[in-house]
Amino acid sequence: MNIALKVWRQKNSQTPGKMVDYKLSDVSPDMSFLEMFDVLNEELSHKGEEPVAFDHDCREGICGMCSMYINGRPHGPETGTTTCQLHMRSFNDGDTIVVEPWRARAFPVIKDLVVDREAFDRIIQAGGYVSVNTGSAPDANDILIPREIADEAMDAAQCIGCGACVAACKNASAMLFTAAKISQLAVLPQGHAEHQLRAERMVAQMDAEGFGACSFTGACSVECPKSISLDHIARLNREYLGAKLASNNA
Amino acid sequence: MSWVTTTLSSSLGRKVVMSLTGLFLCSFLIVHLVGNLQLFKGDEGQSFNEYSYFMTHNPVIKTISYLLYTSIIVHAVMALVLTRHNQASRPVKYAYQKPEANSHWTSRNMGILGTIILIFIVIHMRTFWYTMHFGPVVLNGETVTAGSIPEVTYDGEPIKNLYAVTTFAFSYLWYVVLYVVSMVALSFHLVHGFQSGFQTLGLRHKKYSPLIEFLGTYGFGVVIPALFAAMPVFIYLKVHHILF
Repeated sequence: MNIALKVWRQKNSQTPGKMVDYKLSDVSPDMSFLEMFDVLNEELSHKGEEPVAFDHDCREGICGMCSMYINGRPHGPETGTTTCQLHMRSFNDGDTIVVEPWRARAFPVIKDLVVDREAFDRIIQAGGYVSVNTGSAPDANDILIPREIADEAMDAAQCIGCGACVAACKNASAMLFTAAKISQLAVLPQGHAEHQLRAERMVAQMDAEGFGACSFTGACSVECPKSISLDHIARLNREYLGAKLASNNA
Repeated sequence: MSWVTTTLSSSLGRKVVMSLTGLFLCSFLIVHLVGNLQLFKGDEGQSFNEYSYFMTHNPVIKTISYLLYTSIIVHAVMALVLTRHNQASRPVKYAYQKPEANSHWTSRNMGILGTIILIFIVIHMRTFWYTMHFGPVVLNGETVTAGSIPEVTYDGEPIKNLYAVTTFAFSYLWYVVLYVVSMVALSFHLVHGFQSGFQTLGLRHKKYSPLIEFLGTYGFGVVIPALFAAMPVFIYLKVHHILF
């Protein structure tokens, strides 16, 4: 396959970036999108040029590090996949592929396609945890949790924090991420104890980071590599409103 | 800040304001529609005039009307605040985007649709509300009545003849077209807005969400705007003796 690439190049957060054209020949359709970038970087290194910086780690769709905005969509054209799970067979010979970093005020570009996603960490730090010492694993059936509830929590817990929801949202909103992190704990007894304070603090942090509000376009859920449902955003709204109306927190 | 101001200045709280005002405006549409259906009666506007007399004299309705005006303003101002905040959340835009792959056009353009509806409301209220309350009637630079709105007498009681104002306004084709286009915008706005309002309040459940979706799409998205749009068309055809 012959591929033309338009890639965002930016030296650092202080320097303005621009789109740069590259051409790659003999690309195997079985390559993953990141392997295609490895080939490009190899060529650039041989030519003495600076390789394209991009985030990646596990390359098996579970770590949430890869983060490219490919042809106008986060993680590319396939649904329910991360960029590392995207293969070149999803494109045609002779295609031009536009690759950009996530765009959001809360995700500043560090270099090329790498953005700073620490805003997500700070949202988690604001309350996305259970603040009691849980000790060793409890005996089986010690805490009874109905199967549907466990599934619901697991659906939310699948979030890998990649930021595709923010990248896809027209408002750069982090609602799906925050909702998943609130939901996974709120529906389980261990997390329910602190559910009000958690919702209040995490939403406050989400706003402080400069993410937008939810317009319920559903783009986040469609582009989420784990297909996390908008049901969780409804739960976040319920949790937050309920906490604001009924909690004893200031 | 008190918990109220903290809540209302959060992104979620602002959306709740949008949701509550929006759903209240939706409920108003039903009342407005049912009343205005009197226009279709073949009684030369008697039921419509009696209905408009009731709406402008009943103290409960008058009180609710102030809540309604407030809701329109709050909904529009809050939308502007949210839009500015949302735009600021992405200072550097994408070079290439494919939003149609993951969301509907209506859900991404509520602001544009809402602006069309707001402009429509201003024109609509100038034509009917202002005339009803303050007359005289001037339309298209032509004075219809010099002093105040014409009156009509039923059972010895003279009341304002809003029906005459209505038939006059809708005798102009451009005015009818303006209404029909605005109702199309309303349709698209409500297809997304009605369901979205419930989502914002966290009211989402497999038991009742399908009903909300159905009502939002067909009730508020199709039936209500279609019936509203049918009124100017019906009157235009009637005044010009085209069909009736």
